[in-house]
Amino acid sequence: MADRKLLDPKIPAGPLADKWDRHMMDSPLVAPGGNRRKFKVIVVGTGLAGGAAAATLGELGYNVLNFCIQDSPRRAHSVAAQGGINASKNYQNDSDSVYRLFYDTIKGGDYRSREANVYRLAQLSMGIIDQSVAMGVPFAREYGGTLANRSFGGVQVSRTFYARGQTGQQLLLGVYSALSRQVGAGTVKMFPRYEMLDLVVVDGKARGIIARELTTGRIERYEADAVVLATGGYSPVFYLSTNAVNSNATAIWRAHRRGAFFSNPCYTQIHPTAVPQMGDYQSKLTLMSESLRNDGRVWVPKAQGDKRRASDIPEGERDYYLERRYPAFGNLVPRDIAARAAKVECDAGKGVYNTGFAVYLDFAEAIGRLGRDTVSDRYGNLFQMYEEITGDNPYETPMMIYPAPHYTMGGLWVDYNLESTIEGLFVAGEANFSDHGANRLGASALMQGLADGYFVVPRVVASYLAGSKLDPVSTDHESFKEVENDVRTQTQRLLDIKGNRTVRDIHWELGRVMWDKVGMARNAAGLQEAITKIGALREEFWQNLALTGADSDLNKQLEQANRLADYLELGELMARDALMREESCGGHFRDEHKTDEGEAKRDDANFTFVSAWEYTGENKEPAMHKEDLVFENVELKTRSYK
Amino acid sequence: MSDGSNKSGMTIHLKIWRQASGASKGAFFDYTVENVLPEMSFLEMLDILNETLVQKGEEAIEFDNDCREGICGTCGLIISGVAHGTHAGTTTCEVRMRTFKDGDTLTVEPFRAKAFPVIKDLVVDRSAFDRIQAEGGFVSMNVGSAPDGNAVPVPKTDADNAMDAATCIGCGACVAGCPNASASLFVGAKISQFSWLPQGDPERARRALKMVAQMDAEGFGDCSNHGECEAVCPKEISIQNIARMRREFVKAAVKG
Repeated sequence: MADRKLLDPKIPAGPLADKWDRHMMDSPLVAPGGNRRKFKVIVVGTGLAGGAAAATLGELGYNVLNFCIQDSPRRAHSVAAQGGINASKNYQNDSDSVYRLFYDTIKGGDYRSREANVYRLAQLSMGIIDQSVAMGVPFAREYGGTLANRSFGGVQVSRTFYARGQTGQQLLLGVYSALSRQVGAGTVKMFPRYEMLDLVVVDGKARGIIARELTTGRIERYEADAVVLATGGYSPVFYLSTNAVNSNATAIWRAHRRGAFFSNPCYTQIHPTAVPQMGDYQSKLTLMSESLRNDGRVWVPKAQGDKRRASDIPEGERDYYLERRYPAFGNLVPRDIAARAAKVECDAGKGVYNTGFAVYLDFAEAIGRLGRDTVSDRYGNLFQMYEEITGDNPYETPMMIYPAPHYTMGGLWVDYNLESTIEGLFVAGEANFSDHGANRLGASALMQGLADGYFVVPRVVASYLAGSKLDPVSTDHESFKEVENDVRTQTQRLLDIKGNRTVRDIHWELGRVMWDKVGMARNAAGLQEAITKIGALREEFWQNLALTGADSDLNKQLEQANRLADYLELGELMARDALMREESCGGHFRDEHKTDEGEAKRDDANFTFVSAWEYTGENKEPAMHKEDLVFENVELKTRSYK
Repeated sequence: MSDGSNKSGMTIHLKIWRQASGASKGAFFDYTVENVLPEMSFLEMLDILNETLVQKGEEAIEFDNDCREGICGTCGLIISGVAHGTHAGTTTCEVRMRTFKDGDTLTVEPFRAKAFPVIKDLVVDRSAFDRIQAEGGFVSMNVGSAPDGNAVPVPKTDADNAMDAATCIGCGACVAGCPNASASLFVGAKISQFSWLPQGDPERARRALKMVAQMDAEGFGDCSNHGECEAVCPKEISIQNIARMRREFVKAAVKG
């Protein structure tokens, strides 16, 4: 294809360790005082990335408008992250370093991420801990008063900081407190219960958004000098995922339709340890933190179809398959590997629970070794949560777990400055594609969200504002009118269908197609089938959707219908991306590309690139562009955790 | 874990509060949901009810919810008179139908308080909490100013006490459960968290005075030690946090 663009990631020159500092030195600044106040920045999302970016831009003196769909910024889905946050502090004296965190993240991502971004992330990781501690985040501590650490999958050092099993909550409440302070100071104006429904681009630059006030249905226009999207990932495309039920991809997808390229949509993280699916009434799957694999042992019965209770299966008849297959890392292999290994066992008929789609996560050995109190101190709230859901007590009987869609490494393409292919549109946190390659390591999402929010976005947005010629723009501009009209038209179109199938019904069907064909293992025939099925389902949606209520009122069915319209396009793009990528890497596993031992087999000669898809119109094939990944510091190897 | 083979399910009768908007009058409406499985969550049962309503062309019942795992604090219903239901230590989204019996009749209402006006059906406006936070629920620490994370040691017990208070999810059950609709447990938890930590020390007096003043300004009632807040709190936040808030407030007020 002649029109394919090779995207420029704008990686600064110089040695890896100096790039960020040098780049900041070379970037234009806005002087403190009145000048900053003149610049208006829209931030969409109040999770770790968005909330931290909004608060920090406010601290610096910019005029910030911050939007969230929740009734309070404190409820963004970062709140649900359990296990911890990585930082290369080397407090444990176990040979950790910025370079090791960088290397582990590149390797964990199966060599499909950008070196310069990942190195910056590792550098900034330490400042996140300092900042959060200083803001009063109550991290776990040792008796001497120093910060405690635990281990997470895919690494051999202890670098994960945590606050019991509620690390995301505590870090988010830290962000929320910083945000609250700026709201009080008048630098940040909060817009809770607002959903961004479109992006307004004027003269090629992102200049505003169209948002719906969710309690009245009012459609409103907001203009700014720059727009930051920090709206999270797109796992709910699977319907059942560990995400909150309102988490959605609408902001990034609408930006994509306005010209922002979408990268690596097929890189999805299926988390190995969630409570298994129990019925088709379910609205979500609940994650059980990866930290549990520090002390829990994963096993299945050695014999197929063994229906005995766990306690009746003697030690010799159990297969601790992670310890057997990956002796070096054991139960702490990365997520993609642990998830696929569970699938292999269940597909071989060794799964437990009445569905056969579950494996055991057993704490008996840990309770024997550490005592019940210590185990309770470490995981008490998770055990309680598990018991509430299942009615089983994990102190007495092993947990049952199965993989579940959790995190999406793909997202809007951004350069080193987190700027998308639309000038002035910045994307942070899970919403961008940048740092995790084809698989994210545990405790790295919180790290990336806060690195982007506290440190990267405030600096790159400032450079953009200082270095760009931005004419004043009013919301009366023709572009605002046009985009608002598009939003109104779509809302009316949804309400006018008056068909027979509910949003949930259609979303459930989409989710089953995605899980079966674009889930943990994919192949060409299945992906082709998914593309056809999703296209047909999209048509069904636009002809047969049942929707009640009005657009001038709180109407969650309408909100979900709008989001589903986007998933029905995004799901197809995920399948196309997976079909294009004729290799297995990280969370993307193609049945056609595996080693004799069943491990993912990359094709570095042909696929060491980031895909970046361009939207070309409704029901039209998208155009793929590329960013070649250049490895100057790390040698590409076959990942081994044996 | 249930073996999932019990497909018969229960019949649950519901009396649900419906109200078109804050300005209009509300009333209870009767609904019946069949085939409710014990492992379903309470909200999944409401999802099923909503599916049937939409299929009949009726408007779905609005209720706030998001993470559905008890951490975001979005959901909150009064189930048969008790905020988040009678099962202790859980949010509404964590309530499982196995805690009810076949044929039960349950009333479902929004969190009621003057400071939490109804928006629609079971959805209320809890933005008063955000305004209280904005008055002082923070440590004024700009990005860039922080010392090394281990520069200031914090005794483990103090950190644990701070964490106990910090687990508040801001759901508002304490207000809904309190006969006076007081927000003292919510405010006390935040003031306590920072009072246990050296990082919170420089602003402790200002924080206590301003947050308490804003709590009063929002129209929450006074605390008269009923203890209902602690009883309904899904995170089992201790009422000792209210005592601690009072001490912080009095110390600050005496200092002037």
